[in-house]
Amino acid sequence: METIKLVYPVDGGDLIEAGEASSKMKLTLKRLGLPPDVIRRASICMYEGEINMVIHADGGEAQVEVGMDEITIRMTDTGPGIPDVDQAMKEGFSTAGPTARELGFGAGMGLPNMKRYADELAIETEVGRGTVVTMKLKIPS
Amino acid sequence: MSKHAVVLEYKRCRGCTTCIKTCPTEAIRVRSGKAFILDDRCIDCGKCIRVCPHKAIKSVGDSLARLQEFDCCVALPEPALYGQFQNLDDINLVLNALLRIGFHRVYEVSRAAELLSDYNRQECLNAKDAAVPQISSSCPTVLRLIRMRYPRLIDHLTNAVMPMELAAILARREAAQATSLPPERIGVFAIVPCSAKATAARSPEVLKEPVLDGAFAIRDIYLRLLSPMRELCEEGVQLEPLISSGLTGVGWGVCGGETAARPGQQCVVVDGVENVIRMLGEIEDGRIPEAGFIELNACTQGCVGGCFTVENPYAARMRLGALMNRLPVSRNCFLFQGPDRNLAKFQRKITYTPAFLLDADRGAAMEKQLQIQDLENHLPGLHCGSCGAPSCHAFAEDVVMGRASVEDCIFRVRARMQHMAGPGEADEYLPAPFRRQQPPAAKGSEPSA
Repeated sequence: METIKLVYPVDGGDLIEAGEASSKMKLTLKRLGLPPDVIRRASICMYEGEINMVIHADGGEAQVEVGMDEITIRMTDTGPGIPDVDQAMKEGFSTAGPTARELGFGAGMGLPNMKRYADELAIETEVGRGTVVTMKLKIPS
Repeated sequence: MSKHAVVLEYKRCRGCTTCIKTCPTEAIRVRSGKAFILDDRCIDCGKCIRVCPHKAIKSVGDSLARLQEFDCCVALPEPALYGQFQNLDDINLVLNALLRIGFHRVYEVSRAAELLSDYNRQECLNAKDAAVPQISSSCPTVLRLIRMRYPRLIDHLTNAVMPMELAAILARREAAQATSLPPERIGVFAIVPCSAKATAARSPEVLKEPVLDGAFAIRDIYLRLLSPMRELCEEGVQLEPLISSGLTGVGWGVCGGETAARPGQQCVVVDGVENVIRMLGEIEDGRIPEAGFIELNACTQGCVGGCFTVENPYAARMRLGALMNRLPVSRNCFLFQGPDRNLAKFQRKITYTPAFLLDADRGAAMEKQLQIQDLENHLPGLHCGSCGAPSCHAFAEDVVMGRASVEDCIFRVRARMQHMAGPGEADEYLPAPFRRQQPPAAKGSEPSA
């Protein structure tokens, strides 16, 4: 069967509104009757991805594909890229600026949380060109 | 008859589509010039009642004539009632007046609320393994929302019945003992601030069967109380001291009242149904990890903002606050022992009833979602409401679910007519909000609908 494709633009510079895409995705996934646990994990992954794109890349786009047994979330931006992915994956490591930190973000848990809640996480990044974070979540039948 | 207390007065409805846009669960549609409510989606929040410009959507409490059906009638006033009166300085005046309009006894809902405050305090101290944050289970609209949309949060509910329900159980027992009447000859009626509680009285969310015989709207009772209250003042008689709760119980009438009994816990207090929905979404994703307890009130300022109230919620809150200043902290402790302890608990677990599910079969649901998205891409995205649905998305869903025809979209029909008749000036007319600015080159060409 054809997969369901959902596309959400994520605006840069607006930390307060970040999370809107994950809320919208969650509503759609609930309509499909996916298991609550999968929906929750997908929503957390997406939320963390959104926050990252707003803080570091001035926004981007979130694409979601829902198939019968897998959800794929792809967060694409044209931001500065990640120079050292291994370092970025460490809990507590963050390059977030003072504004984001004042708002309670930048705890260095974004990528680690995505890794924790997704079944697969892949990061393609090029310094100066942008980053694509792809997360896959298995849907138990 | 629908189990909901929200009803449409058919003659008054002009099909104006105001209500469909404000419904937080997209539960209203307009067909053939009249609104109708999708029962399985309605959460009784009362939003439509407030916005209807023709006063066609109403909520009805029971008729006072029902008091004739019983030998002994007990009034269960919700604390929000006390905030409706100007210059009231003694709650006993309200309670005594209730005995002059057909009730034989009074049992304050705030008394049961006070017991629940104490119960919750004991429970949350003992229940270390409870899901955190705990979510209050005292607002029926919130219970319905969680049941329909937030399955993961069901286990977070405090597992305590509504104050009105505990009051009903205890009031019936107390009245049966005092009058020696069989319990079924005793009528127990709550005086409620909102349609959600009127519905809950009829069809409880967490009890096996209804414990109330009915519910009257505060608005209806208020009008009847004014004369007897004035008479009681003029007669100068000593009021019977009927009040049996302190400020802990009475405080449940406003938002924050339930939370006040949870010292030492980090609590979030939310009012207004949109805020409640937003908060539930955030708790579901664990975004407020420090919170221990979340009090959710669907109405602005809590129960004083219910659609059955008379006073503006902020004024009512002020008045209730002034009354509370004269009360002791508490008059009731939860000392139920043995099986009685279970009176405060849910009698059945809330089960997830997803009103928004496209299909019980996941494959079929996905097929429908694809059809919905495909159709939505061919709709104008103006959310004009002319089709009777609140948004183009809701309309697409209605079409796919068989609740509407694609021809109900005036833009689709218009495009088809133009196609059939060929372009003409009259066909190109659009009301101002729908006109699209044409790029100069495209002038005179057909607007894309």
